[in-house]
Amino acid sequence: MNSDPKTGTGDLPITHYPSPITGFYTLFRKEWLRFWKVSVQTVLAPVLTALLFLLVFAYSLREHVDVFPGVGYAAFLAPGLAMMSVLQNAFANSSSSLMQSKLTGNIIFVLLPPFSHQEFFLAYLLASVARGLVVGAGVLAATVWFVDMRVEHLLWAIAFALAGSGVMGALGIIAGLYSDKVDELSAFQNFIVLPLTFLAGVFYSIHALPPFWQKLSLFNPFFYMVDGFRYGFFGQSDVSPWLSLAIVAAGFFALSCFTLWLLRTGYKLRR
Amino acid sequence: MVPAIQVERVSKNYGGMRALDAVTLTIGQGEFFGLLGPNGAGKTTLINILAGLVLASGGSARVLGHDVVNDYRAARRALGVVPQELVFDPFFTVRETLTFQSGYFGIRDNRDWIEEVMHHLDLTERAATNMRALSGGMKRRVLVAQALVHKPPVIVLDEPTAGVDVELRQALWQFIRRLNRDGHTIVLTTHYLEEAEALCGRIAMLKQGRIVALDSTQNLLRMHSGCYVELLLNPDRLPPALKPLVAQCREPGYRLQLKDYNEVERVIAELRASGIEIQEMEVMHPDLEEIFIQIMKKS
Repeated sequence: MNSDPKTGTGDLPITHYPSPITGFYTLFRKEWLRFWKVSVQTVLAPVLTALLFLLVFAYSLREHVDVFPGVGYAAFLAPGLAMMSVLQNAFANSSSSLMQSKLTGNIIFVLLPPFSHQEFFLAYLLASVARGLVVGAGVLAATVWFVDMRVEHLLWAIAFALAGSGVMGALGIIAGLYSDKVDELSAFQNFIVLPLTFLAGVFYSIHALPPFWQKLSLFNPFFYMVDGFRYGFFGQSDVSPWLSLAIVAAGFFALSCFTLWLLRTGYKLRR
Repeated sequence: MVPAIQVERVSKNYGGMRALDAVTLTIGQGEFFGLLGPNGAGKTTLINILAGLVLASGGSARVLGHDVVNDYRAARRALGVVPQELVFDPFFTVRETLTFQSGYFGIRDNRDWIEEVMHHLDLTERAATNMRALSGGMKRRVLVAQALVHKPPVIVLDEPTAGVDVELRQALWQFIRRLNRDGHTIVLTTHYLEEAEALCGRIAMLKQGRIVALDSTQNLLRMHSGCYVELLLNPDRLPPALKPLVAQCREPGYRLQLKDYNEVERVIAELRASGIEIQEMEVMHPDLEEIFIQIMKKS
């Protein structure tokens, strides 16, 4: 067996010497494959769920509700459902991966290598963004057969999809680090993510709400992600897309800083 | 020469409990070093501090001169750890697991080395098998392979043969011995003291977070200058003069502890004088297990 124990690099050619880019990319690729290998559960299932919401809500309400001028309810609902799927699945990817790894003990395989906390954060974040975008694209691809889809400002839609999935990916890392048990993570999902996404204006415009609930919705950060994303499709929104983008970007920055700090201190990973 | 591992006054507290208490230890390059101690002595905590899995409360630790906190990248590249628990990622095959592990350490296209490691650990035929489908022994082999994919100069094995069958244990030791002969530094923790005695050139014994013995295996074995004599007698009784020497009563027979080999003659003489026939007799030097028990009792 040929190896040089003194350097640890053995007789590998020079191109094979350790590269941090390779390390980060490998971790990202592992996290990508982790959800892609079970894509029936991680991609197809949420697409089907979104379709069911569309069929049930849109078809039962289409004669009664015209949320934006010239936009039928089904068309209004589709981007909201897509964004809801983006947010929920981006959160699920990082949170479940980290929590399960900690629970089973195989987290050790990503703690032993020489990752910086930035590389660790970016790999998990980008994999979450990837899953969110794949699911969102899947929802739109499925719903386009049922509704009249139009895209007025594609770049806005992409910007909010990226920012929103980034926010939820970072939040998922925090939840995954914090949770030591399945029910702790479920609490995050059931008491924070699910209610806030459902009450983010996915199914309605906030202007249809009584004034108190309208004002309260403005305190829901998820509202800005959904509203901004929908602006990309219809050129109409409940609040200014620039305000929404600023709030989402600020949220992403704050969450990222907090997550990086948790990783740097080894919170619940390195005792 | 830079030591393979250098631990200076490393302490670790978990709340009010002191898991490690100012442990200082140096392991030279190329050594086969044993870290022994009862459960809760701090062996795994010390290993985890070296690996960066646990943050020390005080002191410093280095791997090949690289501080495990301030120069963690180089320290972790120099270290391969085989964990105690049988952990695995259920999503991937053996080859995928090893390829990922290799990639984590920044090594692209490590196929040839991975194939070689799999060959030496008898994993080649199961390379495409999902980790979930492997037996415990095969999972243990994969853990060893994962620790080796980045060719670390220092390899730490945390109870690698716990729950492993005899055949696999022998195969693993043959393989680890070969790595040590190639120049890799091996640090081993085990509860099988006969393994430590056979394999390790130097041993540290930990108790309640402190080193209570640190010496070459030969010197530790020489700490006990006496010997043991196991006797099968007819009739199965001892003369009164020999009863103070009994270390253990066996059914049938006796185990006597003697201060030195010269006392063997006295034992035989006493038995002959009492008309007791020696059916079987074996003279044994104390093994590491007995030394370990004595040291743990004293400290």
